[in-house]
Amino acid sequence: MNKQKVLYGGTVIVGFSLIAALLVALVLLSIGASPLQTYKTILTGPLSDLFGVTEVLVRAVPLLLVGLGIAISFRSGIINIGAEGQIQMGVIASTAVALALPGLPRIYLLPLVLMAGALAGALWGGIAGWLRARLQVNEILSTVMLNYIAAQIYTYLLRGPMLDPNELEMGSGTPQSMRLPDAVILDYLVPGTRLHTGLILALVAAVLVWILLWKTTLGYRMRAAGAGAKAARYAGIPVEKYLVVAMLFAGGFAGLAGAVEVTGVHHRAIEGISSGYGFAGIVVALFGALHPGGIIPSAAFFGVLLIGADMTQRTARVPANMVLVLQGVIILAIVSAQSFLRNPYAQERLLRWLQGLVPAALRSRKGTQP
Amino acid sequence: MTAALEPISELKLEGITKRFPGVLACDDISLQVRRGEVLALVGENGAGKTTLMNIIMGLYRPDSGTLSVNGEAVHFRAPGDAYARGIGMVHQHFMLVPNMTVAENLALGLKELHHFLRLDIKGAARKIREISERYELPVNPDAYIWQLSVGEQQRVELVKTLCLGARLLILDEPTSALTPQETDDLIERLQRMTSELAIIFISHKLNEVKALSDRVSILRHGAVVFNGQTANHEPSELAALMTGHDVTLPRNEGSGLQGTPLLTVKNLCVRGDRGNLVLNRLDLELRAGEVLGVAGVSGNGQREFADALAGLRPVESGEIFFEGRNLANKTPREIIDAGMGYVPEDRQTEGIVPSFSVKDNLILKDFGSRQFSRLSFLKRKEIDRNAEQLKERFDVRCPSTSTATGSLSGGNIQKVILAREIARGPKALVAVYPTRGIDMGAQEFIHSQLLDRRREGIGIILISEELEEVMNLSDRIAVIYKGKILKILPAVEATRERLGILMAGLADTDPPPTPATAALPPAGATHE
Repeated sequence: MNKQKVLYGGTVIVGFSLIAALLVALVLLSIGASPLQTYKTILTGPLSDLFGVTEVLVRAVPLLLVGLGIAISFRSGIINIGAEGQIQMGVIASTAVALALPGLPRIYLLPLVLMAGALAGALWGGIAGWLRARLQVNEILSTVMLNYIAAQIYTYLLRGPMLDPNELEMGSGTPQSMRLPDAVILDYLVPGTRLHTGLILALVAAVLVWILLWKTTLGYRMRAAGAGAKAARYAGIPVEKYLVVAMLFAGGFAGLAGAVEVTGVHHRAIEGISSGYGFAGIVVALFGALHPGGIIPSAAFFGVLLIGADMTQRTARVPANMVLVLQGVIILAIVSAQSFLRNPYAQERLLRWLQGLVPAALRSRKGTQP
Repeated sequence: MTAALEPISELKLEGITKRFPGVLACDDISLQVRRGEVLALVGENGAGKTTLMNIIMGLYRPDSGTLSVNGEAVHFRAPGDAYARGIGMVHQHFMLVPNMTVAENLALGLKELHHFLRLDIKGAARKIREISERYELPVNPDAYIWQLSVGEQQRVELVKTLCLGARLLILDEPTSALTPQETDDLIERLQRMTSELAIIFISHKLNEVKALSDRVSILRHGAVVFNGQTANHEPSELAALMTGHDVTLPRNEGSGLQGTPLLTVKNLCVRGDRGNLVLNRLDLELRAGEVLGVAGVSGNGQREFADALAGLRPVESGEIFFEGRNLANKTPREIIDAGMGYVPEDRQTEGIVPSFSVKDNLILKDFGSRQFSRLSFLKRKEIDRNAEQLKERFDVRCPSTSTATGSLSGGNIQKVILAREIARGPKALVAVYPTRGIDMGAQEFIHSQLLDRRREGIGIILISEELEEVMNLSDRIAVIYKGKILKILPAVEATRERLGILMAGLADTDPPPTPATAALPPAGATHE
């Protein structure tokens, strides 16, 4: 009975995803590209060699970390659109700590740097949480606005105080920080590729989030506050407090993603380092049903999409930005599938329509229909 | 589409069957209703009443069976089709836009008022006046919905449905949100309207069925189990048919044995959502081992009183002494820990987290206790064991304790809440509308649970608008009116009439005056 329901829900979601794919196909047709060719490139191109696979995973690491944080916040009833800014704050803090303490041995410095990133992201997210808990400021507005503020702070610091002195000397003026000390650079997992040990960190984080949400009383409280704020309040759970806690976690994971990006991939703070992971992470979390077990494959899938979109730019001459269209349509598909599953009348109407499609002759041959 | 005024003389359903995955919602149902007739459709929650009505309104299509109007087969694809043949429905939850006027609400659904670039609001108002005069349903077309009381909104729904051309009305539990006075008023009005109309009246309040309907059909598990003339059958007989077994709601046998004062409320002042003083120097005393009924027309401060007792609403002034300790303005957690239990008004959102499993909801207040957690990790095995045990003890009907609680019926959700609150071993229990909208079987169970707890020495505050319930269960009955306790009388002295008069805020004179109808407020004056 329960299995049937899961299967039915799964079918509906797949059905809506197919409709989404068709919609994107229309967009592709309208710019004169071949949808089949494009989909083929996006989905199979990145996985055709080892390098492609490692690049997919490089993208999946920040997506996974951000997605985990988003899942915690959504589960707790607060919607975090601010991961983009939280990533940037994480990058700044981790870079600053690493550059300020270059002489420290790796065993102290690396954890310190990662923690600094997480802490900065947590504080940035916590602002929105606190505003919501204390002053009922809508967190969607505040997190989006905090993104802009973070972006400006980030740009200012990279062009001013944190600008690499070499850039000034050479006069090229590329807005980037100094290279981080070797002590904090993450090791490579596969020689000759960019895949770094951040992947292991992210996977461990996924397990920890699962334990946090479903095995501890803190997770129980946060989920209760999110799934039924009123009932939680009646049961003596101070819901507002857990909104802040959830945003601290969400921002913390985004900040950690920033720290891992800078220590694992770029090795210095550069402009555009967050590259949309903060927004894509929302899609990853929703597509993964806000559960770590779903978010891991979901992050990998979106890694494929990101790399695949780059490839189509080269091979099928479809702009890589098409992946944003794809993301948007996927969100629409998921959200509409969910509300469809909640609406028995719509389901009934679809069923009728589907029955209408089957020719009467065919139906009578089947016979068993009541 | 123009409103069809062709009189509907007969609606006939034959062999209606509707299957949902895993459920047979309607099983070969045949019914008919004629003009000038009220058919009561009675059944417990989940018996298939709502599905059947949705089939009539064209929201669902039956798997087999036919619908015919005036002897002619019809196939409705949407509610509009049903309206075109003169069939309209008033839903249990009102379909009105609160920040629009009555006339604007009607205009939403009436296409003939929509002209090119112009909406004929005056036409809507004219139509409303015409209908409300004809059917004696006083309604002011220019009033905003949010200004109206629930009873007035109910009238607006009726007028709206009539304006849309319906001459066969389907009323889905129309009295579930009404006060006793509003209920009496509505039934009286409906009785006067029947000569021109046909009415299908869905309810599980059998005294209303008895008062209004000519014929009654009882649904159980999707099938019609009984058809008959209402006049020939007693409510108790109908109740037995509805539930499939004899139902006797338990009564408080009142040994008169009352314990020591447990909860003393003094001069309690609490503000409502709009900032006005809703509780104004309320005094009340609850003793151990008694059920104290709080009767009153809803909106007289019951909700705020219950909130203040649970620590969910700030107390402006006054004290709530519980075993000698002042609990006013303490946090919900402190109040829970002091030994107060609470069955909240809105069980779906306040009593449970709907998406949580039954077992998770059963520990909603105690997840942090040593029984259910260790070093802030949940003890899953203990939680499972606890759930299985309470499921047995409280007869919670669910496929498993991992089922989402929100998918259970109202009665079973209430049992989950009651199980949680009682298993904690509280010293006092506040139950707000504990059986509202719950079927008879579950009601019987909940009532006997409350009385059992009373016998164990727990003090129970029962806030309810069902006079029957209050009178059956209470030792003493306090009548609340405009944020004050108007009078407290021993249950043995309470009669329906006397309570009705007190609830209307009229001074009580013993002995109670007759006739009872004196308690009815003038029509349309229910809102102050």
